[in-house]
Amino acid sequence: MKKLLLSTVIALGLATSVSAEVGETHIEDFAFSFEGPFGKFDQYQLQRGMQVYTEVCSACHGLRHVAFRTLGDEGGPHLDAETVKAYAAEFTVFDAELDDDRAATPSDKFPRSGLENAPDLSLMAKARAGFHGPNGLGINQIVKGMGGAEYIASILTGYTGHEKEQAGTTFYENTAFPGGWIAMAPPLEDEAVEFADKHSNDVRHMAQDVSAFLMWTAEPKMMARQRIGLVSVGMLMLLGILLYLTNKKLWRDIKRKS
Amino acid sequence: MAGIPHDHYEPKTGVEKWLHERLPVVALVYDVLMLPTPKNLNWMWIWGIVLTFCLGLQIVTGIILVMHYTPHVDLAFDSVEHIMRDVNGGWAFRYLHANGASLFFIAVYAHIFRGLYYGSYKAPREITWIIGMLIYLMMMATGFLGYVLPWGQMSFWGATVITGLFGAIPGVGSILQEWLLGGPAVDNATLNRFFSLHYLLPFVIVGLVAIHIWAFHTTGNNNPTGVEVRRKSKAEAAKDTVPFWPYYVIKDLFALVVILIIFMAIVGFMPNYLGHPDNYVPANALSTPAHIVPEWYYLPFYAILRAITFDIWFLEAKFLGVLAMFGSIAVMALAPWTDTSPVRSGRYRPTFKIAFWVLGFNFMFLMWMGAQNPDTVLLGLKISTWSLIGTIYWFGYFLVILPVLGWTEKTLPVPETIEADFDAHYPPKSGSAK
Repeated sequence: MKKLLLSTVIALGLATSVSAEVGETHIEDFAFSFEGPFGKFDQYQLQRGMQVYTEVCSACHGLRHVAFRTLGDEGGPHLDAETVKAYAAEFTVFDAELDDDRAATPSDKFPRSGLENAPDLSLMAKARAGFHGPNGLGINQIVKGMGGAEYIASILTGYTGHEKEQAGTTFYENTAFPGGWIAMAPPLEDEAVEFADKHSNDVRHMAQDVSAFLMWTAEPKMMARQRIGLVSVGMLMLLGILLYLTNKKLWRDIKRKS
Repeated sequence: MAGIPHDHYEPKTGVEKWLHERLPVVALVYDVLMLPTPKNLNWMWIWGIVLTFCLGLQIVTGIILVMHYTPHVDLAFDSVEHIMRDVNGGWAFRYLHANGASLFFIAVYAHIFRGLYYGSYKAPREITWIIGMLIYLMMMATGFLGYVLPWGQMSFWGATVITGLFGAIPGVGSILQEWLLGGPAVDNATLNRFFSLHYLLPFVIVGLVAIHIWAFHTTGNNNPTGVEVRRKSKAEAAKDTVPFWPYYVIKDLFALVVILIIFMAIVGFMPNYLGHPDNYVPANALSTPAHIVPEWYYLPFYAILRAITFDIWFLEAKFLGVLAMFGSIAVMALAPWTDTSPVRSGRYRPTFKIAFWVLGFNFMFLMWMGAQNPDTVLLGLKISTWSLIGTIYWFGYFLVILPVLGWTEKTLPVPETIEADFDAHYPPKSGSAK
C-alpha cells in the first residue's frame, strides 16, 4: 500500500509540472460560484453577464461557437424558449441560402467579431487559463481554482487610467495584461448596464458577471461534467472498496494471514 | 528458454476437442490467464494493466471522435468545438481521450522506471525491453500527431518546431522535412497525413504490445528480488508462483480502479489542467505564441534538445540537440548491454540505488526545465546550463555508471529463491510448514 501511494504521488508529481507562466501580471483570485467539484453556475449571474456581453462586449467581440438555443440549456443561463427566440432575433446573421442577412433564430450561432482585431470570446475563458504559477507548477489552479474567468475579470478591473500613443494606436495600461499595455479601451464604467434585478452594477460586479458568462460560453457542459465526475468517482470508490476486500480475501491463504 | 512449467488446457467435451484440433484459441486464453506469476510482485507491477487499459480507452474514444472530426485546416478547430458542444457526450469522449494520453504516459514512465530499478531489462528479457522501447517511441509519435489534430495554436507551432528538427539533419534535412509536411510549411497536407498516421499507429502499438506480452510470457515476469522462478518441475515452480488468474487479475483491477478514481477526478473537475490554454486559440501562421511548449510528457526530452547550445566542428547546435534527444532514448534501449552487474534487482545494489534515484530526480528536473524559458537563471546558472548538466547525467547513467557499477559495486546477499524471500515477509505458521 505504501508503494502504491508512492507511485500515485510520483504520478501526480509528474502531472503537475506543466507549462510556463504568462509573465509578471497581476491576476486577482475572484471567488466564483462554479469553482471546485461542487461548484455550480449561478443562473442569474450568467443572465446578468449575458446582458453585459450584449450591451457592451458584442459591439466588437463575437461568440461564433455559441448557438443561441444553448442559452435555454439547463446548467447555463436557462432562459425560456420564448426569451431565447426573442433574444436571437435581435442579432443579424448572414444566410448563405438567401445570400442575404436575416434575423437570427435559436438554431443560429452568435455572429463573429464585428471589429477585425477583436478576438472571438467563445473560448477566451479557456484560452487564458494559463497562469500555472508559482514556478510553472500549477499550484494556483489546483488550490485556488484560478482560471480564465479570473483572468478576464482581472483585465476588466485592471485598468490604471494611464494611456499612451504608439504608432498611431492608443494603448491603455492594465495590470493583468501581459506586457502591461492593452489596445482595448476600458469597456466598462460604473452603471454601464442596468440590471432588471437591481443587482450592483459597478465595474467590479459587472466584470465578474460577464466573466462567469464567458466561462459558460467556453465550457457550456461544465455542470454535466462535474456531475459525471462526482458520480464516477463515487462509483469507482465503491468498486475499489469491493475489489480491495476481494483481493485481501483472495491472498489471505497465500500470505498465511488466515 | 522454455516457459515456466504449468498445467495446460485439456479439451474435455467433444465440442472442445473439435475446436481445439482446428483452432486452439481456448488454450491460448487459458495459457495467458493461468501464467505462473512470481508471488512476490509489488505494487509497481500493476502498470502493465493500466497501460493496456489506456490503449483500449484511447482506441475506443478515438474511434468515436473520428466520427465527428473533420481533418481540414478550415474546419478542424470548429469540428472539435462541435464535438464539445453539440455531440451527445462529445465533451466526455474528448476529455477522456486528451487526459487518457496523460494517464498513458504517467503509466509508461512508471513502468519504464520500474524496469530500470529492478533490472527487468537484463537477460533474458532484452527483447521485451527493446519492444517496450519501440512501443514508447510509437506512443510519443502518436501523441504528437494527435496533438496537432485540434489545429490550435500549440498544435500548429508544435508541428512546426518538431518537424523543423528533421530539417536540422545536414544534407537531407530540408528534403525530409518537406516530405513529412507534404509541402514547404505546416498546412492542410500536413494535417491530413498526421490524421491518417494518428489513426494507424495505435494499431501498430497493439501489435507490438502483443509481442511484448508474448516475450515476457516466454521468459516469465521479473520480480522484486530479480531471482528467477525455479522451473525444473511443475511442483517446484508452483512454490515460487501463483497463477495470474485470479490472484493478479484482481490485484491489478483494484490498482487500476484506484488510479481511475484520480483520473476521473481530473476529467470531471480539471480536464484542461494538463493541456496548454493556447490550444483553445485557432492555429494562426502569422502569430507565434510567446512560448512554444510541448505536452508535459515530452518535456524531459525537450529540455535535452534545448540543452545543446554550441556547435561542434561543422555540426550545428540544433542538429546536435536532435541527436541528443533521440540518443537519450537509444542509450536507454541499450541498458541490457551496458549494465554489467550480475545482480539483477536494485534492491540488493546499495550504490546503484543512489544513482537510480538521482536519475529519477534528474528526469523530473529536466521535465520542469523543459517548460521554462532557457535564459531563466536558477541558483546562478541558466536553465540551458542546468539542462546540459541533466543531459550529461542522463547519458552518464547509462553509458558510464551502469557498466562501472557492475564491476565495482559490493552488492548485498540475494535470496536463494522467490519462496525464501516471500516466506521472510509472510512467515509460515509453526506446525503448518510445507
